[in-house]
Amino acid sequence: MSPRASYTLEPASTDPAFIRNFCIIAHIDHGKSTLADRMLSVTGVVSDRDMRAQYLDRMDIERERGITIKSQAVRMPWSLTDENGKEQAYALNMIDTPGHVDFTYEVSRSLAACEGAILLVDAAQGIEAQTLANLYLAMENDLTIIPVLNKIDLPAADPDKYAEEIAGLIGCDPATVLRVSGKTGMGVPELLDEATRLIPAPVGDPDAPARAMIFDSVYDAYRGVITYVRMIDGKMAPREKVMMMSTKSAHELLEIGVSSPEPTPTKGLGVGEVGYLITGVKDVRLSKVGDTVTNFAKPSTVPLKGYSEPKPMVFSGLYPIDGSDYPVLREALDKLKLSDAALVYEPETSVALGFGFRCGFLGLLHLEIVRERLEREFNLDMIATAPSVIYEVMGDDKKSTTVTNPSEFPGGKIASVSEPMVKASVLTPKDFVGTVMELCQSRRGTMQGMEYVGTDRVELHYTMPLGEIVFDFFDHLKSRTQGYASLDYEPSGHQEADLVKVDILLQGEAVDAFSAIVHRDNSYAYGVLMTERLKKLIPRQQFEVPIQAAIGSKIIARESIRAMRKDVLAKCYGGDISRKRKLLEKQKEGKKRMKMVGRVEVPQAAFIAALSGDVESGKEKK
Amino acid sequence: MPGALPIADPAPLDGLLPESAAVDSDCRPWSVYIHVPFCRVRCGYCDFNTYTSEELRGAKRSDYATEAIAEMSLASGVLAQAGVALREASTVFFGGGTPTLLPVTDLTRMLTAARETWGFTSDVEVTTEANPDSVDREYLLALKDAGFTRVSFGMQSAVPHVLATLERTHDPERVPHVVKWAREVGLDVSLDLIYGTPGESLADWERSLDHVISQNPDHVSAYALIIETGTKLAGQIRRGDVAPVDDDLQADMYELAEQKLHAAGYEWYEVSNWAKRTDDPAISNTSRHNLGYWLGNDWWGIGPGAHSHVGGVRWWNVKHPAAYADRIAAGHSPAAGRETLADSSKYLEHVLLRARVRNGLHINTLDADGRKAVAGLIAEELVDARAALKGTIELTLKGRLLADAVVRRLLADAPI
Repeated sequence: MSPRASYTLEPASTDPAFIRNFCIIAHIDHGKSTLADRMLSVTGVVSDRDMRAQYLDRMDIERERGITIKSQAVRMPWSLTDENGKEQAYALNMIDTPGHVDFTYEVSRSLAACEGAILLVDAAQGIEAQTLANLYLAMENDLTIIPVLNKIDLPAADPDKYAEEIAGLIGCDPATVLRVSGKTGMGVPELLDEATRLIPAPVGDPDAPARAMIFDSVYDAYRGVITYVRMIDGKMAPREKVMMMSTKSAHELLEIGVSSPEPTPTKGLGVGEVGYLITGVKDVRLSKVGDTVTNFAKPSTVPLKGYSEPKPMVFSGLYPIDGSDYPVLREALDKLKLSDAALVYEPETSVALGFGFRCGFLGLLHLEIVRERLEREFNLDMIATAPSVIYEVMGDDKKSTTVTNPSEFPGGKIASVSEPMVKASVLTPKDFVGTVMELCQSRRGTMQGMEYVGTDRVELHYTMPLGEIVFDFFDHLKSRTQGYASLDYEPSGHQEADLVKVDILLQGEAVDAFSAIVHRDNSYAYGVLMTERLKKLIPRQQFEVPIQAAIGSKIIARESIRAMRKDVLAKCYGGDISRKRKLLEKQKEGKKRMKMVGRVEVPQAAFIAALSGDVESGKEKK
Repeated sequence: MPGALPIADPAPLDGLLPESAAVDSDCRPWSVYIHVPFCRVRCGYCDFNTYTSEELRGAKRSDYATEAIAEMSLASGVLAQAGVALREASTVFFGGGTPTLLPVTDLTRMLTAARETWGFTSDVEVTTEANPDSVDREYLLALKDAGFTRVSFGMQSAVPHVLATLERTHDPERVPHVVKWAREVGLDVSLDLIYGTPGESLADWERSLDHVISQNPDHVSAYALIIETGTKLAGQIRRGDVAPVDDDLQADMYELAEQKLHAAGYEWYEVSNWAKRTDDPAISNTSRHNLGYWLGNDWWGIGPGAHSHVGGVRWWNVKHPAAYADRIAAGHSPAAGRETLADSSKYLEHVLLRARVRNGLHINTLDADGRKAVAGLIAEELVDARAALKGTIELTLKGRLLADAVVRRLLADAPI
């Protein structure tokens, strides 16, 4: 076991030969953050006293959900001692990558900043689809893979089995798969030794014009945007003027440094080094992930490859529950945008939900994270409409319409509708193959193939409409496989399909929030589902309320809520009065949370429950 | 299990009232409520503040009258100190629990003490609730002699299987006897009914109504059964042992009650109360005591868990008889919590309570938004047009069933 390094290398003057850049590829709960924390303490950059669990995950939501949303990079000292007893110091840069399907692009940029990747797999669960996807990405980038089994201290751990599985995947000897416990620290120094020995040193031209790749960009309320970069060629120093090659925007470097793990200013960054830049910019859009930073006075002419603009895939309307919160929501989105380059939004109004915003997200997790941040950081209560994707609708008049919201679906004759498709991979224990196939088929998936991963797991490949995945595919996948199956998908063009818009009408009035674009074969099922749900959720009114589902003017499903005839509490004597008054006050308060659809009072909770499918919270068991 | 007390401010140990309680007190009628928190058994639907002998934890029924009388003397001191006008009580009501579980001499002592404390108006109405099982002719005669004017029997239903679900133990056959005895000794009679018990059919309910009408009481109360949380019945419904009752059936039952009682000479005067018509407009069979609650009058509630209201101050006593006995023994006020109503709450209560009373809510006491809502309520046939033109709110039959919605509409824009 190596001791902590007795001397450390100075940033900006470190020989690239002694730099190692790596990331950790792992599934959400396979212990990446715990291992990263352990590395911080083993290398001594964080004293045990300061150790917060999962140090690198800064946002509260990340900490609570145990997943990393935004990556960070940490420089850690390490040293190897050769057979002659001579110690050589190294600088290890650990780049923490996001672990979720929604952030594939960010992952790919993080990988591009590394020469090696630690493939971290839970010794009790084996590899998951998302990890496989990122592993492929890493191998495509020619990263050196260090396979590691984590959580070997768990009683359920089966390291031999999963070492075989990994060896089968990456073509190594099972005996070379390292075994660690992030929790106890067992095997971690050995892992660092191995990573230092095996991962190649970065290569670049120190004399060429500076080029640094942005692999992350985060907004800090005090310091503005903090841009994380990997130096490829040349060097950068404080007070220099730099330029972002995609936008040609120029900024002065107010500060340049490395994280260890707190930001530490340095004299600069040289070839192969990883660190951060602060320019005083206040909007992450001016410092985009994947972009190349160069010197303004002596710019490079060749940007680094791989940059692309973030593309929203999933759309949802966000509405404040209290209509008077609309300006707060606007301000909150404006603020979130500063730290989330992928978030797009524009104002939208809904008859049922009032004023809100149509927001575009990278995926469902991204949606959920934004929503949670809005609720938590800005104290907003919101309703999100059912997630939708982008449809291209061609009318009989050959006029094409882009639809991100069912309410934009054109009336009249439709010539064709095309929808975004994805290539989806589902990794599942082999016992669940049948049920997963059934699910994928019911979601209009077309099977492209299947292969065994290890001896008892299967990877199924499908092409499938994205619209089917954003609905509730993942929940169903998890519940049908006892939580074992995992999913990864990537965009795969557009395809025409027989899609229709189903409207839901209350007393003849369409409730825009419940309109959905679905396949014609599923339209009846959707209509029945929603009318039944609403019947359970909407309280009886003083008059009968018909609930209908319709395609255009054709009614496809119908329910009705009987008129309420009695609401009075029969007895109200001396001891009942305070209670009764408080009940009335509560009802009056609750009234503010009612939305009127025509004459029908619909509680906010009913909208939320109907949109989330959580009819239970609205009263009944599913 | 008795239901929970409201959440509010703690009451001071000396029970002293704020000066606001005294404002205009000389203009308001005065009433006394005396709670008797004892029952032989607890019925499955009941969440009233009452206790069987096993639940008394050392409190003694035999000491109760003395304790209640001690609270009366504390009350008169507190009222005098706050400057509340001393008024003769126009009504006294013994409720429970089962007041008639106490020896009649205890009830007599408490009534006498109330008379000595406040004095009674010449037309005082003195009511006690009674279980048909717990009284006989002598008991009723003794009540009459002591100054009681009215007895309210908890009959609930005439149908054995309904009584069984409610866990009422009295024999329905006994009701006509106690009613007859009460009338013989000169007491007015009210019969209490409950409708909408799980398993009760519309025909069952009709049987109960017919039975009541055949006894010609002066007054009838009919309450839709409320499944209170914490009761045995609520548990049975939660577990699926007993089917919950359909609101629509309860509405049908209410309509049937109105139809039959009206035909038999009874007029509704509050959503759940009917009084026998009289030829003399000066004589009314309404419960003046209960009207006092709805009209916002003052009353002092004596006994464990009893609520009081004096000039916009509401308070309630500790619930358990043992805790009550301790407070009284220590010379402290038994009050547990209180609230001093803000003007907005007073308005809310004014509308909420008076709307339940036939012509009890005067339209000119409503705020502008409330007055504006009246037209819509007339159009929807929730409020009677003729009464509204004369300036009062009289709920229609449909409106009585939807009284809470009417109240919400009248208060739609009132602050809370």
